[in-house]
Amino acid sequence: MEMLKQVETRPLATSQQRQSQSFLEIANVSKVYPTAKGFYPVLQDVNLSVKEGEFICLIGHSGCGKTTLLNMVSGFNQPTEGTVQLRGKPITNPGPDRMVVFQGYALLPWLTAFENVYLAVDSVHPKKLEAEKRAIVREHLAMVGLADASDKKPPQLSGGMKQRVAIARALSIRPKVLILDEPFGALDAITKEELQEELLKIWNDHRCTVLMITHDIDEALFLADRLVMMTNGPAATIGEVMEIPFPRPRDRTQIMEDPEYYDLRNHALDFLYRRFAHDDTE
Amino acid sequence: MVANPGTRSTGSNVAGFARTFWKKQGQNIMLPLIGVFVFLLIWQLLSSTGITRLPGPISLVTEQRTRELLLYPFYDLGGLDKGLFWQTMYSLARVAKGYTAAAVVGIGLGILVGTNQTINKAVDPIFQFLRMIAPLAWVPISLIALQNVQQAAVFVIFITAVWPILINTTVGVQQIPQDYKNVARVLQISPRKYFFKVLIPSALPYIFTGLRIAIGLAWLAIIAAEIVMSGVIGIGFFIWNAYQNNYVSEVILAVFYIGAVGLLLDRAMAYLQQLILPEEQR
Repeated sequence: MEMLKQVETRPLATSQQRQSQSFLEIANVSKVYPTAKGFYPVLQDVNLSVKEGEFICLIGHSGCGKTTLLNMVSGFNQPTEGTVQLRGKPITNPGPDRMVVFQGYALLPWLTAFENVYLAVDSVHPKKLEAEKRAIVREHLAMVGLADASDKKPPQLSGGMKQRVAIARALSIRPKVLILDEPFGALDAITKEELQEELLKIWNDHRCTVLMITHDIDEALFLADRLVMMTNGPAATIGEVMEIPFPRPRDRTQIMEDPEYYDLRNHALDFLYRRFAHDDTE
Repeated sequence: MVANPGTRSTGSNVAGFARTFWKKQGQNIMLPLIGVFVFLLIWQLLSSTGITRLPGPISLVTEQRTRELLLYPFYDLGGLDKGLFWQTMYSLARVAKGYTAAAVVGIGLGILVGTNQTINKAVDPIFQFLRMIAPLAWVPISLIALQNVQQAAVFVIFITAVWPILINTTVGVQQIPQDYKNVARVLQISPRKYFFKVLIPSALPYIFTGLRIAIGLAWLAIIAAEIVMSGVIGIGFFIWNAYQNNYVSEVILAVFYIGAVGLLLDRAMAYLQQLILPEEQR
């Protein structure tokens, strides 16, 4: 706790100066699933206020309701109690303003990378000229370094390339909120670091609000403005929110040389593996 | 030898190609031929030793009437007196009509039932019940219902072939991965686009499985139907007529036609499947 106070007294990071108040508001949210054995509370009293343009990472053990929480932001799920509001409007449906990068990429295998992105652009901007839509697709595929692979179909692409297409698709429609559910979990360490850096670069240029689930503390420390740490389910809630004060644009080596990096890292590890250690006997 | 395009070496290249082809495919060609030969030999032995009254395969050539049928498949003396090619064509035309109707109704209804859980629950027991009824059992029903023999024969094909198409299409539509549906919901894809870009491509492998099972069943059914519906031109009634007149080797010849056509139909569907389905979905 001592360390957290120290964090709070540091000057605001540059990214936070552009952020307005109460962009995405998660207030007193609970989610209860009816099961054969009775009601199962997944989430209880979750409160989180996200500013516009903020990069938030969520961490917690599996089964703690991270995905459930993000599904309420994307609109696939509604809270049993409480409200989730975007710019003061309650979220009731999925929509392209809150685009999701799905865990399994969710690319259509019969469409090429280009066509996958085009389908998104075309659905969100049906009235734009075709040349304009094609230019948007090309621009975003180039942004993730896939200009040459645009005519390949997903089965011909590696995991990292598929994830790049999924990110290009998500960004091509300029969402207000970008939701990523463990986007780099299935990738090898090198590809993962590459993609983290690309995502950060793109986010720096686009400044959409990002909510991202991760299992990787280093990833969260590198990417996020704030790290939301969840307690274990049932009835999981937000245990702690950690400010990550490193200035942007961030450089991985520089951050890792900062002694504070290890304070933050140990604090998060302590939260996950001591204070809310996962009970494997369940 | 591979990189030697000169004209002089053409002859040796052809010979070389034949050699490598034979090395690769020799067994694939020889073994089935040996199998067929041994089968015919055992059959001939069984009938010449008098264990069975069925004539051996040699009778196709030794019997004069059958030899004429074998050598002149294209003759047409009007009425029912036609060569086996024409008999087969009449049967095939009936299958084409019934099968096309079955494909249209089966795929259409399958999509409707697959997308609508309520309708599915209501009609599934009826479908499961009706599909168990053998083609022959439909013959009297269709004759009573339709009066016209030609229409009744087509209806028997239709009712036999429609179930595998219908049921496979339904399953194919129900099996569309949730991820694809979620993408469609986030992007708010129009129903028309969803149908052509997501639903049809995703269900296509299942639809083809249904179509391929159905073509075999349809061919089986037409023979059964024609045997019962006397007085129609077709390979099925030809068999029945030959049996009534005790031309047993003619029956055997017609059975060879039936088997060959069935095999060709199945191969043709498999080829079509390969042609239309993208590689990654087979």
